[in-house]
Amino acid sequence: MIWPLDIIILTIVIICGIAAISIKDLLGAAIMFGAYSFMMCLLWSVMGAVDVAFTEASVGAGVSTVFFVAAVFRTTRRTRD
Amino acid sequence: MEALGSLILAKYNYWAVIALLLIGLYAMITKKNLVKKIIGMNIFQTAIILFYVSIGSKKGATIPIITHGHGDASHAVHSVEYINPLPHVLMLTAIVVSVATLGVALALAMKVYSQYGTLEEDEIREKIMESEPV
Repeated sequence: MIWPLDIIILTIVIICGIAAISIKDLLGAAIMFGAYSFMMCLLWSVMGAVDVAFTEASVGAGVSTVFFVAAVFRTTRRTRD
Repeated sequence: MEALGSLILAKYNYWAVIALLLIGLYAMITKKNLVKKIIGMNIFQTAIILFYVSIGSKKGATIPIITHGHGDASHAVHSVEYINPLPHVLMLTAIVVSVATLGVALALAMKVYSQYGTLEEDEIREKIMESEPV
């Protein structure tokens, strides 16, 4: 663990998490959630969990973002909060 | 005071876990949109995974791959030089389960949208009240 890198990535993760739940557009929220997952994947490779990191990059960031975008396109982008 | 400062500084991973848990819980409780609730649930799950991976990490250790693997069995393995891989393996299962949960939740949200024409929770409740008054 390299602590300056750790703290920078943790800050970006928290900012991406707050942005993902506060954007007033569901497609934008899905994209911010993908960015959050990729930052989480970077954090895990810094912490030495390489197997968790590449599983998160393929399954968490890739497949989850595709699911969200597909669901948003089949329903609606509109949200009130 | 100094002990408190060192506690906050040295365990920064766990403070980030607490912050992410609170973000996920806040989104699940207060947001009215179903997709926002599902995003909050996923953030909650990732925070728990981060907690478990933080337990397994060590200072000054390398990734858990033995460099002298085959044909060199007499070599001693110093476990203090390697990060504990057991939480990583458990959390691989948790990531796959979280994607399965996400798929089911989004399918249910799409079914709700095709039935009621909206994803907002209060509008759905109004439409239920209109269709079958108690």
